[in-house]
Amino acid sequence: MAAPVLRWSCPARRWILANIDRGPRHGRGSPTGSRSSGKRGQSSVAQQPLATAQKPRKGEHQWAAVVGLEIHAQISSNSKLFSGSQVHFAAPPNSLVSFFDASLPGTLPVLNRRCVEAAVMTGLALNCHINKKSLFDRKHYFYADLPAGYQITQQRLPIAVKGSLAYSVFVGKNRNQVINKTVRIKQIQLEQDSGKSLHDDLRSQTLIDLNRAGVGLLEVVLEPDMSCGEEAATAVRELQLILQALGTSQANMADYEIQRQIEELENGGEILNETRSFDCKLGCTVPMRDKEGKQDYRFIPEPNLPPLLLYDSASLPAGADPQQVINIDQLREQLPELPRVTREKLVQQYGMLPEHSFTLLNEVGLLEFFQNVMKETRAEPKRVTSWVLNTFLGFLKQQNLAVSESPVTPSALAELLNLLDQKTISSAAAKKVFEELWRSGGKTPAQIVSEKRLELMQDQEALEELCQATMEKHPQVVMDLKKGNPRAINKLIGLVRKATLNRADPTVIKEMLERQLSS
Amino acid sequence: MWARAARRVLRAPGGGGRGFASKAGGGGVSAGGEAAPQERGRVPGDVIEHLERLALVDFGSREAVARLEKAVAFADRLRAVDTDGVQPMESVLEDRCLYLRPDNVVEGNCAEELLQNAHRVMEEYFVAPPGNITLPKLDEQELFSKS
Repeated sequence: MAAPVLRWSCPARRWILANIDRGPRHGRGSPTGSRSSGKRGQSSVAQQPLATAQKPRKGEHQWAAVVGLEIHAQISSNSKLFSGSQVHFAAPPNSLVSFFDASLPGTLPVLNRRCVEAAVMTGLALNCHINKKSLFDRKHYFYADLPAGYQITQQRLPIAVKGSLAYSVFVGKNRNQVINKTVRIKQIQLEQDSGKSLHDDLRSQTLIDLNRAGVGLLEVVLEPDMSCGEEAATAVRELQLILQALGTSQANMADYEIQRQIEELENGGEILNETRSFDCKLGCTVPMRDKEGKQDYRFIPEPNLPPLLLYDSASLPAGADPQQVINIDQLREQLPELPRVTREKLVQQYGMLPEHSFTLLNEVGLLEFFQNVMKETRAEPKRVTSWVLNTFLGFLKQQNLAVSESPVTPSALAELLNLLDQKTISSAAAKKVFEELWRSGGKTPAQIVSEKRLELMQDQEALEELCQATMEKHPQVVMDLKKGNPRAINKLIGLVRKATLNRADPTVIKEMLERQLSS
Repeated sequence: MWARAARRVLRAPGGGGRGFASKAGGGGVSAGGEAAPQERGRVPGDVIEHLERLALVDFGSREAVARLEKAVAFADRLRAVDTDGVQPMESVLEDRCLYLRPDNVVEGNCAEELLQNAHRVMEEYFVAPPGNITLPKLDEQELFSKS
């Protein structure tokens, strides 16, 4: 993303120590900040401390104990989970709120079909067992942005359980050794989001905007299989890519946000086990941690919602209204290609290294850019990969731009690579052309090449003459060369290149010189 | 007031193995309350304190605690019922169909109406008191008297 907008402005400490289940809502009071334009979903990471047998040993980078993660991803849908008001990130306060969202008496929840489909698709993509019957519950706690005083969630019997998420970490000196890891998914459940509170400390009040209240969330609970912050960050990143590929959530929490929160978790790792024995030492601005039993959520079945029943092709009741039934098998068939498969295809089709396939998918729009260049160029995939991942991406990162903001189009890069492939220009010249393309935008590579006279010399005879002439002008260097000085040849090549105004390929020059010298 | 306390408590330890009380991951009153009732049904002091914080009640006197213990014993009679092999009924709606709504925007845009009901508003926001005030430490409870 171009502008590094901080979306969660609450101090990370508070976040770690905030409740597993986002209970003491004070922790989530001031955050949220602004959302980037055009994106609807978000994900947040709350950490679930688990009592484990081992404590993290101080001074070690790896956690001896492990931590489970809970990830809340906002579902990409037009309307909310239980009401027909709109889901949209930017709107005047309280304008996207229905009577149900404001929990006015007499209103009832009506389940949104799209949200159920999103949950099932996500469960399928994560290899979960889909519960054909799942139940909704009420989780009670008091906070101003939760007007009903409870959140409808799926505590007892969620929609999907027991899945797995595969991710890869890169280790080794050059980070090119791939280790494939898996983290188990405990469950995926549907639940409501709360509204937004803005704390006005000056006037000692809180301003409540319920636009977000009732939006559908997917809560993905990961088992404590990860042993360090980097693994956790990588796993979350992979989940993000999967959700984006499925279209179930925009999941656009920025990379650095994930990294930051994971780092805080690492830093707070020691605090976790130590503060268990403390009571409310944390002062009045920081919520209490939810030690077991400290918060009584008074779970009850949601009385207004019958069990949610899902079907597969075998159990689908005959003559059922297709709008009213959800067929798991049908959704499975409609699953789009997952990132893992896309990467495998890239490696097979283009022979690229696995870590390159990861980089291509990690950057928004980069894969498409790469594929567009491949379509229009005759150059080898390896060369295209190298240019896209090194040169192009390098320029983007330097100026903190997204792929969509790039001044160089895929066609332009394709044309440039064609010129290089045909040996019309040298590599060094190509880099210069690229720089110029980046700066000026409008011109084509061919134009730049001719303007700056960067074409390689095509006239072999002229080049031969230049080589001769250079050697005659610099007899000392030639003598050094004949004596066996290894650096002399490079000096000679350099001199010839200068004479050609850098329009000759060094390798060609070298060949020519060596030939002339030996004759 | 003790009656109210008793009602709240019934939900917690009385449920035995079923119900929410024993679910570790989901919060709720911890297993401590469940294991507590000894032969004579005495509720230990730390459980009383715990319940007082959760439910924001004050048991106050020994009699109130005795009432609590009687209420728990009364509820325990449920265990006499043999429910082996019987599926719990969670909802009277269990045979009904859950209606699925299509994902269309059909409501909202009534900020003015909603804000009308609010006691205080500020520029289209509801105004609420500042965030939760945490309870004082257990040992400071005396200072935090009946306010």
